[in-house]
Amino acid sequence: MATADLALGQLEGEHGAKKRIVNDFSINVATVNGSGSQSANSVLLKSIFGMGVPVSGKNLFPSNIAGQPTWFLIRASKDGYVARKHQAEVLIALNPETAQADVLALPSGGVAICEESLKLNQLRRDIVFYDVPFDKITASICPEAKLRKLVKNMIYVGVAAQLLAIDLGVVEAGLRRQFAKKQKVFDLNFGAVKAGYDYARANLFKSDPYFIEPMDKTAGKIIIDGNAACGMGAVFAGVTVVAWYPITPSTSVVEATTDLLKNLRVTPEGKATFAVIQAEDELAAIGMVLGAGWAGARSMTATSGPGISLMAEFSGLGYFAEIPGVIFDVQRTGPSTGMPTRTQQSDLLSVAFLSHGDTKHIVLLPGSVKECFELSMAAFDLAERMQTPVFVLTDLDLGMNNWMSEPFGYPEKPLDRGKVLTAEDLERLGGFARYRDVDGDAIGWRTLPGTRHPKAAYFTRGTGHTDTAAYTEKPEEYQALMERLALKFEKARELVPAPVVVRDTGAQIGFLAFGSTDCALTESLDQISKRYNVQTDYLRIRAYPFAQAIREFVARHERVYVVEQNRDAQLASLLKLDLPADQVVKLRSILHYNGLPVDAESITEQFAVKEFSHQESL
Amino acid sequence: MATAVVSPKVNHIGLPILEYRGGKSTLCAGCGHNAISERIVDALYEMGVEPERVMKMSGIGCSSKSPAYFLNRAHSFNSVHGRMPAVSTGAILANHTMTTIGVSGDGDTASIGMGQFVHLLRRNLPMIYIIENNGVYGLTKGQFSATADLGSKLKTGVVNELPPIDTCAMAIQLGATFVARSFSGDKKQLLSVLKAAIAHKGTVLLDVISPCVTFNDHEGSTKSYKFMQENDEPINEIGFVASFDEIEVDYSSGEVYEVEMHDGSNLRLRKLLEDYDPTDKPNAVRTLMEAHDKDEILTGVFYINTEKPTFIDQLGLVDEPLGTLPESLTRPPKEALEALMAALK
Repeated sequence: MATADLALGQLEGEHGAKKRIVNDFSINVATVNGSGSQSANSVLLKSIFGMGVPVSGKNLFPSNIAGQPTWFLIRASKDGYVARKHQAEVLIALNPETAQADVLALPSGGVAICEESLKLNQLRRDIVFYDVPFDKITASICPEAKLRKLVKNMIYVGVAAQLLAIDLGVVEAGLRRQFAKKQKVFDLNFGAVKAGYDYARANLFKSDPYFIEPMDKTAGKIIIDGNAACGMGAVFAGVTVVAWYPITPSTSVVEATTDLLKNLRVTPEGKATFAVIQAEDELAAIGMVLGAGWAGARSMTATSGPGISLMAEFSGLGYFAEIPGVIFDVQRTGPSTGMPTRTQQSDLLSVAFLSHGDTKHIVLLPGSVKECFELSMAAFDLAERMQTPVFVLTDLDLGMNNWMSEPFGYPEKPLDRGKVLTAEDLERLGGFARYRDVDGDAIGWRTLPGTRHPKAAYFTRGTGHTDTAAYTEKPEEYQALMERLALKFEKARELVPAPVVVRDTGAQIGFLAFGSTDCALTESLDQISKRYNVQTDYLRIRAYPFAQAIREFVARHERVYVVEQNRDAQLASLLKLDLPADQVVKLRSILHYNGLPVDAESITEQFAVKEFSHQESL
Repeated sequence: MATAVVSPKVNHIGLPILEYRGGKSTLCAGCGHNAISERIVDALYEMGVEPERVMKMSGIGCSSKSPAYFLNRAHSFNSVHGRMPAVSTGAILANHTMTTIGVSGDGDTASIGMGQFVHLLRRNLPMIYIIENNGVYGLTKGQFSATADLGSKLKTGVVNELPPIDTCAMAIQLGATFVARSFSGDKKQLLSVLKAAIAHKGTVLLDVISPCVTFNDHEGSTKSYKFMQENDEPINEIGFVASFDEIEVDYSSGEVYEVEMHDGSNLRLRKLLEDYDPTDKPNAVRTLMEAHDKDEILTGVFYINTEKPTFIDQLGLVDEPLGTLPESLTRPPKEALEALMAALK
């Protein structure tokens, strides 16, 4: 163990940091994008995970190919908090352009591991500096100039491992997994880790309080990003047609899906049971999804805000003509092009009502990577059951960052392919009316093109139609259709994933949130309890239309804080449209919308301001 | 049968033509589109296509209404303006065993739908794409479309000063494998082209000049019945012999270009334009460009390629429709998920 190498006396540095801070801090790795730091960051993260310590990683990257500043935040938390921490305590400063600002941003008592030649150690006296000649070490172990950039990154992994007391054996095991079949690559990378580790052991004097110590809190857990989890969900939901247009931060949903399809969905004869098509734009992508859904395929697309805007017209057609399809929206910061590589939850309203006219959509809101998997599968079932487009709303934080999770479970129920009549059914029934509510669930039966029966066909249209799918402009026929669609939406309330009761202790104050806000909010509620001795309840919303349970939750609480990552309080607004007037007045918003993933401190602070000024005003 | 007197005439799969008809047209009397619908009915009937094995796709506009006026026994999808290609692509990926007929217009294709149109052509998706081309927007009362010829005049006297988009030239260049132009008033030619189109495997682009009797059939229009009757220059005379027909054709070799289709049928193009080779791409495009300069409206089969793989071939899809594959083929087994989970630990 590396810790054994450190004499206790070493801890008493010039800053008098005597108290060890174990498994409860954040590391900020500041690099330049395109420098290959991603795999080094991943090794560092997985090493902490390998030590059994709960960990999360947040990549704050620029919308750029190479050369711009990027930060990777790794948080180790013995309590299992995985949200972004307000401030990182340990900085690895490898980007000369931002190094000065990065050092100045550290909290007092923080740590800066810097390239020696940057000479940053005169900037502050209240932090610990470790100067490392990264370039010199790199040159000494890597004669090949073009590999140096990558090797340099692994050196900081070694330095950090030694300083933070991460077991070198764990780092080695992680690297071996990563480069399982590439011995040479492994040798090069582990050589670099070791060089950094050895340099630190021989030359650096541990004088900061931050340590990683072994725990057993990650046993059996996996690490995955939400986009990969969504892709996995789609594949295990039996998706057959994927149409998409590349857009950050959703691209990796389709990449993950495609990889899995290629591995898992090719017949012994080498034929594909799937089609992936890169469309010419998002208009085409959603059109293909609806065409495929209409013809019976489980179809999906993945996009982000600008793509959602382009999909508006078709989304209305899907709603009105009742065609299944699944649309993943990995939200980024808007409006317009916004900040493409920053996160936000600001598409909720536009997605819920996407398209002109009285259009509304089922929206699923996963709050973890596990739910990305589960709700993806649910989305395909719901789309076919309800015969409508279903949106799965995640965000860049959930989608592109690494999250710890329990392993995903295999679905227990078979696929729900919804109400489809076969030729035999038609023979028995003597025909059908596509949009007639024969079962009282507001859902008609459909047939698929190619069904070999003279009565199978119907005419799908975005124009006004009767229950036999014929064109109509008659007021009563149009209105009856709109009323059935409204009833169908109403019935979806109890078919969509139910909200999760995170805490229900009979407190006066309730919290509502959705999606990636969850991790910061649960941490914040602990802070609120500890700092202010205020007890709170929390219900996490997982779908629109809202389940009855949400109304009941609001009814039970005096005040309900709605926490979300957008400026305009979109979830609160949507709730206000849905809740009775006496409940609407209970809602208060806590908002975070600077593009960074929300952190617990920000929620706690806003809560304190609103809650305690409220009490004064009483 | 003893009561043969009342039995209607049937095609080679035993269906009377009645089974290929559609609803009553709501388009204007005399609209070229209605004639095209009638020829589609004839072609499907004569080719003995099973009605339930056809998908009728369209966008928005007068043309896009017409799938309601033929083949009631086929599923139809009247989508949104300019987006028939995307919906068709999705539907065909879900079920590539179908015969797919897309009906679009000149506005639906060459203006709002241009983005999707060109990409459909690139993919050589197996479908018949018909443009019912009248050079104007009918439902919004007669504005020029992007296929209106230079100098063509609206009823209001407005003259078109922008060059037309030649969808056939584009289709040849971008990858369609059967490109033809016809005229709604030429029953024989249109029927032959449609039958050959049904036999073709790949994207068929069929531009049919189809006069708008209400907004573009006057003196000064280049898409009127009169103008077409005077300026239609067929480059070949089209003979189509279906695989199930046993007809001897008396063309002498040398003046006929013969194409063997995928289904075993034969397309015989009697050359009207000297030495026109419908497999020569650059020549096909050049011929069309030259015709524009001479104010000629060429019709006939401009280009055909029966070798090029379709998008379905390229994707290597299973023979069965993707849309109705059983769960055993689409949901990977439990062990697959467990292996994925183990790799993430």
